[in-house]
Amino acid sequence: MKVLMFGWEFPPHITGGLGTACYGMTKGLLKQGAEVLFVVPKAYGDEDQQAVRMINASDVSVDIQDTEFKKFAKNLTYLEIGSNLVPYLDPEEFEKVMNETKTEREKRTKSIYAKKYEFSGKYGVDLMEEVSRFALVAGTIAAEYDFDVIHAHDWHTYYAGIAAQRVSGKPLVVHIHATEFDRTGEDVNTIVFDIEKTGMMAADRVIAVSNLTRNTVIERHGINPDKVFVVHNAIEPVEKPESINVKKVLKEKVVTFLGRITFQKGPEYFIEVAHKILQRDRNVRFVMAGSGDMLNKMIKRVAKLKIADRFHFTGFLKGEAVDRMFALSDVFVMPSVSEPFGLVPLEAMRTNVPVIVSRQSGVAEILKHAIIVDFWDVDGMADAIWGLIKYDAVSKMFIKYGKEEVDSLKWEYAAVKIMDVYRDAVNH
Amino acid sequence: MRSICFYFQVHQPFRLKTYRFFDMGVDHHYYDEFQNRTIVQRIAEKCYLQANEILLGLIKEHGKKFNIAFSISGLAIEQFEKYAPEVIDSFKTLAASGNVEFLTETYAHSLASMASKEEFKRQVGQHSKKIEELFGQKPVTFRNTELIYSDEIGDQVAEMGYETILTEGAKHVLGWKSPNYLYHHATNPKLKILLKNYLLSDDIAFRFSDQGWSEWPLTADKYTQWLNDIDKKQNVVNLFMDYETFGEHQWEDTGIFDFLAALPGKVLKETDFVFAKPKDVVSKTEAVGEVNIPNPISWADEERDLTAWLGNDMQDEAFEKLYSMEEKVRLCKDEKIQMDWNYLQASDHFYYMCTKWFSDGDVHRYFNPYPSPYEAFINYMNVLSDFMMQVEEKSKPIDFESIKDKAKEFTDAASEKVKDAGKKTKYKAEKKWDEVKDYSLDDIAKMSNAKVKKLIQSIDMEELTSVLKNATDEVRNKIIPNMTTTAKKQYDKMEAEIKKVKKSDLKEYKDKIEKELRNLWKK
Repeated sequence: MKVLMFGWEFPPHITGGLGTACYGMTKGLLKQGAEVLFVVPKAYGDEDQQAVRMINASDVSVDIQDTEFKKFAKNLTYLEIGSNLVPYLDPEEFEKVMNETKTEREKRTKSIYAKKYEFSGKYGVDLMEEVSRFALVAGTIAAEYDFDVIHAHDWHTYYAGIAAQRVSGKPLVVHIHATEFDRTGEDVNTIVFDIEKTGMMAADRVIAVSNLTRNTVIERHGINPDKVFVVHNAIEPVEKPESINVKKVLKEKVVTFLGRITFQKGPEYFIEVAHKILQRDRNVRFVMAGSGDMLNKMIKRVAKLKIADRFHFTGFLKGEAVDRMFALSDVFVMPSVSEPFGLVPLEAMRTNVPVIVSRQSGVAEILKHAIIVDFWDVDGMADAIWGLIKYDAVSKMFIKYGKEEVDSLKWEYAAVKIMDVYRDAVNH
Repeated sequence: MRSICFYFQVHQPFRLKTYRFFDMGVDHHYYDEFQNRTIVQRIAEKCYLQANEILLGLIKEHGKKFNIAFSISGLAIEQFEKYAPEVIDSFKTLAASGNVEFLTETYAHSLASMASKEEFKRQVGQHSKKIEELFGQKPVTFRNTELIYSDEIGDQVAEMGYETILTEGAKHVLGWKSPNYLYHHATNPKLKILLKNYLLSDDIAFRFSDQGWSEWPLTADKYTQWLNDIDKKQNVVNLFMDYETFGEHQWEDTGIFDFLAALPGKVLKETDFVFAKPKDVVSKTEAVGEVNIPNPISWADEERDLTAWLGNDMQDEAFEKLYSMEEKVRLCKDEKIQMDWNYLQASDHFYYMCTKWFSDGDVHRYFNPYPSPYEAFINYMNVLSDFMMQVEEKSKPIDFESIKDKAKEFTDAASEKVKDAGKKTKYKAEKKWDEVKDYSLDDIAKMSNAKVKKLIQSIDMEELTSVLKNATDEVRNKIIPNMTTTAKKQYDKMEAEIKKVKKSDLKEYKDKIEKELRNLWKK
């Protein structure tokens, strides 16, 4: 099976869940015997470069430790398209970032709590224009290479997928990691919604990361249920066991929220829960790690509730700092209002932290050894946290079985399901 | 003769370094040494030293007619001592002239007057003591941080024994009253109040280099004319400003230093004003009446209130949490805790958290190390959280049980060490002894009976008998009485039997006994 995949980010430059998922999935597929032609947008830094750059799989700068990847790398072709496209940005935000003057951008990256986006090229300012340009190049690639199936991840690449489908006549599989409803609630951007819908309508098969997301696309986008399949995300096992040896210096138990501080992630519920618990016991510390458009509002709320000596903000964390954060945590909470999947709880469990996740997250569908509550159920969440920090037996059990559970969620198993979807699409 | 009161404020906070959640409980040093040193040394060079030089020249030139007042916060003094000691020397030179009055304020340039009577008093005491030590004069005039004043604060200051206080004299604070008179406290006539002439002060401090200002450029001539225009009955003009106005807020190339150097000569020549110290103004002038200020005022912003430091949720939370520690801090004898307690109270930390837009914010933004008030708040709270943990730990009443355990642990560990050391020395001594001691039969004469008995037990009787035949009397007399009855019998028998011993045998036996001796000593 030869797959033309329109993906996002390859190590070492991964900024979010989508990149991590694409990478894990590709590895899983290679293991299952697929050949993958992986196409990513990448800002080269100067616009005179050729539109498509093919990179030798052996030159793809993945972690050198990743011997497993090397073993299968011969079946991977890696193509970069000169483009500013990045996941996680909506059209308004994209324009704002592109219009920033150099000094503004510098100022923003200097700010210790701002997440850093790097834009060095000078392509289109308009995100939609960029999406179309990407599709154009994708069509060229489709005409040049040989493959059996096309696989596109999230709306930015759907036009590219459709273009490839038209040029080659090969079946298109689109993968939904998040819908516009997850990102913005009810206040959706209709252009983005239209692209999502067009992509899924044109697709021969749709893969959703959870039943939750499957229902969304059936109900909201009106996609035929027969062609929508669920493949839950998986997680890469940790390569360096106990990589971080952090001594817990704080006497108090630490309860952590880690993620973008946006509407979708439900940060305000976390603060209300913290307030509730602190009223009963001051000897608990809460940490909100991350950055986002709601950060300042959250800081003000914490000050207003007068819990700032027990509720701390770290700003955006990445890499080792995330591992350190988990190592210092006693409980991880993901109170997302709408979470198509939600990888972070799995990362927490992998590092022996018991987790509480909202029922409104895809990951809740597969987890047994986690506490699941509704995001709006502040009392329920407070109870769950209280139990985990006060009764050691409970958290010990969660740690023990949680780790086992996560270690069994491998991408190679998820890849088997994806391969089934491919075959189904090809033979149809 | 009318008076101009020139008073300059000198203050520098200890700015915090970026202190993260991960540092809490690990790192207890909160300050950005590099930034603090750089800023203090830069301003020392650009402002303090230059301006002091000019003022010293003016004092020399005009003598008794030119007097000035300074208030230097305790935190500024500490940073000069650390990073720019020449500034202290320069102020000492000024002090020695006799033309300079040093005011007192809260040591930490804090908002303690808004939080706690005790802490307010403690800081004023600490500052007054420091000023007296450095400059040899005990302050009699008080100025509060940012000229914050209310009737209640006035009461507290009077209670501490001060006769004069400085504060803001803006129109919307005073109403119809002019700031150009001496006033007294609302209910306590003993406490005199000097009010800042905000127009004339801010003409220098804020507007001097403003090219959009209709009066720009400001010259000593023009300014002297304005002073002359003041109603002749109004007898005090109080010009209060940050000392950093000279060379830092208004750069040298704006001509601010030339203005400062030229103004006094002009004023003394063309007007009936002299430059007087606050304490002299108060002793020479009658107060014209009282001022009622029930709600606290300050010299900041259009509003002249406290909203630059307190009032938004972040400021209030930080302020409340900080002063919730007061009682516990008082219980701590720890020097570092006391130092941090001062440094963390500096009003600047709260200023950085201010969310309103203000005209004189420009002045402060120049010094604000944070990109936003939110980051200022987070960073401060991280530091404060660690400080609170430290205080909790160090203010805990002593737990004797745990001390007992600790003591036992300590002595056990110590005695274990001593034991080890003892063993080692013994072993070494034995080894040494082994190396140097040459044992011979003759030594037996000097041995204790017990040792001799042991020796006899360990040697073959035949061999012993043979050796004794050729031994000295001393040795024989030592050994024979120490034999058991059975051994003696054996000996007697052998003594009779053995006629002659071969020389080689004798040597062998002798060696054997000597080896046995050695073993005996070792044990």
